[in-house]
Amino acid sequence: MRINPRITNRLVRWGLVAQAYCTVTVLVLIIGIIFFKGFPQVNFAFIFSFPQDMGRHGGIFPAIVGTIQLALLSILLATPLGVGTAIFLTEYTRESTFTKLIRFGVESLAGIPSILYGLFGFIFFVIKLKMGWSLLAGVLTLTIMILPTIIRTSEEAVRAVPRQLRIVSYSLSASKWETIKKVVLPAAMPGILTGIMLSIGRAVGETAAIIFTMGSSLRLPLSLMESGRTMAVHFYILAREGISMEKAYGTAVVLVLSILFVNIIAYYIMNKAIARYS
Amino acid sequence: MIDRAVLKEQFVKWVLVAFALSSLLFLFLIFAFILGEGLPLFLKVGVKKIILGMKWAPTKGYFGIFPMIISSFLVTVGALVIGAPLGLSCAIYLSEYSGKRMKILLKPAIELLAGIPSVVFGFLGVVYIVPLVRNYLGGSGFSLISTSLVLGIMILPTIISISFDALVSVPKTYREASAAMGATKWQTIYKVIIPSAKSGILASFILGMGRAIGETMAVIMIAGNALKIPTSLLDPLRTLTGNIALELAYATGDHRLALFSTGVVLMIIIMVLNYIANFGIKRKIAK
Amino acid sequence: MCLRWFVLLPFIMGLLISCGSNNSSSTGMQKITVAGSTSVMPFTEKLAEHFMLDSRDVTIDVQGGGSTAGIQAVINRTVDIGMSSRELKDDEKVLNRIVICYDGIVVVVHKNNPVTALTLDQIRGIFSGNISNWRQLGWVNRKIDAVSREEGSGTRGAFEELIMKDKEINDSTMVQDSNGSVKEVVATDPYAVGYISMGLVDEKVKPVSIDGIRPSIQTIRSGQYKIVRPFLYLTNGQPNKRARRFIDYVLSRDGGQRILKNEGLVGVHD
Repeated sequence: MRINPRITNRLVRWGLVAQAYCTVTVLVLIIGIIFFKGFPQVNFAFIFSFPQDMGRHGGIFPAIVGTIQLALLSILLATPLGVGTAIFLTEYTRESTFTKLIRFGVESLAGIPSILYGLFGFIFFVIKLKMGWSLLAGVLTLTIMILPTIIRTSEEAVRAVPRQLRIVSYSLSASKWETIKKVVLPAAMPGILTGIMLSIGRAVGETAAIIFTMGSSLRLPLSLMESGRTMAVHFYILAREGISMEKAYGTAVVLVLSILFVNIIAYYIMNKAIARYS
Repeated sequence: MIDRAVLKEQFVKWVLVAFALSSLLFLFLIFAFILGEGLPLFLKVGVKKIILGMKWAPTKGYFGIFPMIISSFLVTVGALVIGAPLGLSCAIYLSEYSGKRMKILLKPAIELLAGIPSVVFGFLGVVYIVPLVRNYLGGSGFSLISTSLVLGIMILPTIISISFDALVSVPKTYREASAAMGATKWQTIYKVIIPSAKSGILASFILGMGRAIGETMAVIMIAGNALKIPTSLLDPLRTLTGNIALELAYATGDHRLALFSTGVVLMIIIMVLNYIANFGIKRKIAK
Repeated sequence: MCLRWFVLLPFIMGLLISCGSNNSSSTGMQKITVAGSTSVMPFTEKLAEHFMLDSRDVTIDVQGGGSTAGIQAVINRTVDIGMSSRELKDDEKVLNRIVICYDGIVVVVHKNNPVTALTLDQIRGIFSGNISNWRQLGWVNRKIDAVSREEGSGTRGAFEELIMKDKEINDSTMVQDSNGSVKEVVATDPYAVGYISMGLVDEKVKPVSIDGIRPSIQTIRSGQYKIVRPFLYLTNGQPNKRARRFIDYVLSRDGGQRILKNEGLVGVHD
């Protein structure tokens, strides 16, 4: 039997709408459950006090600080490397075997799953370079992990800067580096910042690569050679070992909120940039 | 003065070259160290005994990871069965049907889904999906089906955003030509748009597979991690990633080397998947 | 500006690293590092928390890693104290071995499970796959969800040695990577059975008696309950001064031993 195409058309439409809403529902459910169960746990003391009894009581202050330290330090290292690579790829070379090779490297790095970064960081930084489980080993592993994201977004941003801007700058007898520094980079800044924000999001949410390089000490890391715990790792341990479901939900709220926050900033910057160029 | 300016330009250039090379250096280091730790055991025990070996008891000299390769493959296919249709329909809805307002709402929502840490997915899976499966379908709940379901949701953002890009990049003239011939919207999508966005859609599936096969923390929370090859949807299973994460902290000697061998196998699988996906995307751009 | 940052960054990082490593010595804090068995770790963390309340000039850094890793770390002198939940092998016996307490390994089931007693043979049967249905143990017709620890774990090693003997743990047994996560699975799955350290048993799970003997501090002390292993602290040679202070605290009747007893472990003085 042949069904009237118009009826199929309508059926498909409803099917697709249903599935799209299904996806949104899943998202709303995930966020909803976390917030509903976790919000009662979050208060001033939870954020600013130290955990007691392995996290069964008290707050998550060291985990918050650990997360910030890890994210900021790895961004600090990855940004110059990533933006530098992007500038090199767009401004200093034409497409060649060399750039293809670098792009291949970046693509491959982006595809490696985090557990393999963890494996690498564990054997290279922790064991071979004798850093032990430390903030430093975590930072270096994460730097490599977020590098591809920063390179890709920065390259897109630098490429999107209109050619005229550069031509004008050169005509004012600015050198190449001056042009990049004074004209191209400021114009590309929103795109670069978006990439940085997305990388922070990834750093905050990462577990597998961190737990084998930074360890899971509950103490506040005071130096780069000390071990520490990020919120994601703390959440993982609380939930998996069944230490305290309430505290786990509370940690999850802070975790998801900070990722939400970072994403919103990224969106804000990106939309502003789009508004400027169109 | 001029010399200094030229010198500076040269200096900057070489610094940037060094930066660009760093990615390659890192990739090389990762390869070198994972292979360096993982390959010796292949030579010592034999490739066949590791890849096709059925028994994993590394402290007693058995290093077979065949069940884990199969299990990784099964959860990945399972995730795709759940994530691919949902993701593709979502992408079609977004690119062809939804109004501007819906698009503004949905796109960030999906990207937010991508940003939620995998441990949160794993946790919710343990707390809500595992008991559901246990109570209504049987078994312990830590199973192939729970893992596939959670991974299926986790790969949705990847599938949606890449297939969306592929669908949007189909030229408007195709749609107009099809509509001019009296085709309904669905006929246009089914006969014209999907075929011309095929390679991009396939690439999104493959990248989704890559994400599913590489996922670790969520999987060890839900999969149950039994060593046997699952014989039903309700059996627990252990993936390659799970094997590494479960035992790395304790392992020494050959046991640790065996975990790196597991890593080598995982890396090869991922590299092949990425190569296929990139190849697919490139062909699309070439067209 | 930009250029300067690009070049300066590595130096700044270097500076941070060197500052960081000086940090602990410049503040006059003494640091004790402890690493090893994840079974001993939660108790050590608790001991350390209390110890640091009394001695504010000392910080204790407690890490997991597993018994074997802990033993290696002491041998390499990368940590002051190693923790082990298994006995030393012959080549490891050069270390200074301090028993801090004894721990029973208990078999636990869900709190609503009517099965309260098992024989050693039955437990062996469950984990080796010969007994796979609760009906065989006088309960409902439902598959037993057995949960074990991962290969290389000290608790698994002790379980294999004390209970399984020559039998192997079946491949269809689920595996979790810590005592806590085994407990969590047993607490949520009504048909599960697992084994954990006695110190971790609480109202979430129900321990079963083995061959008619209930696991408790009394039965361990009287020698009736036989599935017991020591928790060890290990030092390379005599412990240094700061480590000595912590170990003395742990072994003292009113200090560490009381805390350990409150946690459900059997002290060394009993």
